Amino acid sequence: MLKTEVFDVEKVREDFPILKRQVHGKRLVYLDNAATTQKPKAVIDALVDYYSRYNSNVHRSVHTLGEEATAAYEAARGKAARFVGARAKELVFVRGTTEATNLVRYAWGEQNVKKGDILVTTLMEHHSNIVPWQLLAKSRGAKLKFVGLQPDGTLDMGSFENLLSEAPKLVAVTHCSNVLGTINDVVTICSRARSAGATTVVDGAQSVPHMPVDFGSIGCDFYAYSGHKMLGPTGIGALVGRKSLLEEMEPFQGGGEMIKEVFLDHSTWNDVPHKFEAGTVNIADAIGLGAAVDYLTSLGMDKEREHEIRLNDYALQTLQSIKGFHAYGPLDSGKKGGVISFNFADVHPHDLATILNEEGIAIRSGHHCAQPLMNWLDVEATSRASFHVYNSYDDVDALKAGLQKAGAIFKI
Amino acid sequence: MSSADIYRELILDYYRNPRNFGKLEKFDIDARDTNPLCGDEIEMQIRVGEGEKIEEIKFVGKGCAISQASASMLTELAKGKQLEWVKQVSKEDVFKMLGNPDLGPSRVKCALLGMKVLKTGVYGYLGAHYEDSDGSDAKA
Repeated sequence: MLKTEVFDVEKVREDFPILKRQVHGKRLVYLDNAATTQKPKAVIDALVDYYSRYNSNVHRSVHTLGEEATAAYEAARGKAARFVGARAKELVFVRGTTEATNLVRYAWGEQNVKKGDILVTTLMEHHSNIVPWQLLAKSRGAKLKFVGLQPDGTLDMGSFENLLSEAPKLVAVTHCSNVLGTINDVVTICSRARSAGATTVVDGAQSVPHMPVDFGSIGCDFYAYSGHKMLGPTGIGALVGRKSLLEEMEPFQGGGEMIKEVFLDHSTWNDVPHKFEAGTVNIADAIGLGAAVDYLTSLGMDKEREHEIRLNDYALQTLQSIKGFHAYGPLDSGKKGGVISFNFADVHPHDLATILNEEGIAIRSGHHCAQPLMNWLDVEATSRASFHVYNSYDDVDALKAGLQKAGAIFKI
Repeated sequence: MSSADIYRELILDYYRNPRNFGKLEKFDIDARDTNPLCGDEIEMQIRVGEGEKIEEIKFVGKGCAISQASASMLTELAKGKQLEWVKQVSKEDVFKMLGNPDLGPSRVKCALLGMKVLKTGVYGYLGAHYEDSDGSDAKA
């Protein structure tokens, strides 16, 4: 097996039971990691262990199981926070990045955004970093504006500066595009936005799983990520926020756990982060996320980043030799995440995905929840291959062979 | 059945050279729908002639080879038929027209989008409402 040689991919692959499965009689070549990643045995075991040994509700139980579950849940919070350079008290468990941006939209936005205010996001965002702000703009009578892009798929910083001169209330930006792979200079963006008086939200769904991230040095107010894109379970993710800001905010949902005292005419709120975690929380999946963090930490995120840069290099070099192949976004592997969006002659991405599926290859095809970006690219859809720890040069070679087969069928 | 069978010469030909592609200047029926999964888009226009016959039919759209070829082939099949015929057309007829490819659950909707648009338009013209049971049943 051809390896990137950053770490032992063959050994890593043994940790993922699903990779032994065959699809249409072929080895599974899983290249849909930007949508969701596969889970190592350590994560699956953590879920089974919780349910078979110490399943219990957290925080309110005095019995042994409850104490163990609470300790494990809060330990997972600590791991999820440290993984992105944050403190446990700054991390709210949510369902995923989408719930995180919606939490900010309600708990921060409804109180702080006023009629006529400007909200800023960018043309390369996932719908989860556009639609909540559209809803906020609508409910508060504010205006949502978009930072444009340059032809190479990077942010147009001139257009960003122009929008800053309108003193926006909010700047929401992705750390790494789920389509183009563009890694944005969020340190500069957040520092410029904060000097202009804006509150900043960074979507980390495509960065935290793939590269070292440090909340403190980015300097944003809110940072969000999803567990299932980083080898963890679905249904769990994190909103990291500046503690003073989280303390000022109103709650997100009302119910048990998020209160301190409840009277007939009013209630008082629990301390941060519990103020934002109403009802029984997703205990098992939080613990599973903690296990995913342990697994990634043992491999090393700097190594994972280097592994993906090498895969990007190899893939761009290999695939661009195919007639009809066209990649979107930055082509410099050091400036993009491990994701390649492309089109192949006049083969529609869904037709391509159907043909590749028969070869056991899973890619994504469609608008990738980024329709404004598709319009900017002037395409209906793209195909997308995205990498993670268990991908190898062999997977890229399989994709190349699949594209050649599609080329033969479509007579390109 | 392999993808080489799905994307036969016939489908590719209709995808690249769609028949009845374009818009009508005068029409009695105009219907449009999309398939959110693929972003496939089909709009059909029909001019109804004497005896409730489909005198002229054209479509515009964009999307995958299956959706575009299927819509185009359907317009050819529908031309000259009575509106009643549209009510009788079934998903099996559409699959047969495409050469009975094994599309799998995620692609069946692509094949049936044209029929959905055609039926929606004709049912509306006849003052009835078309329930898209074919497509959603087929999905399962």
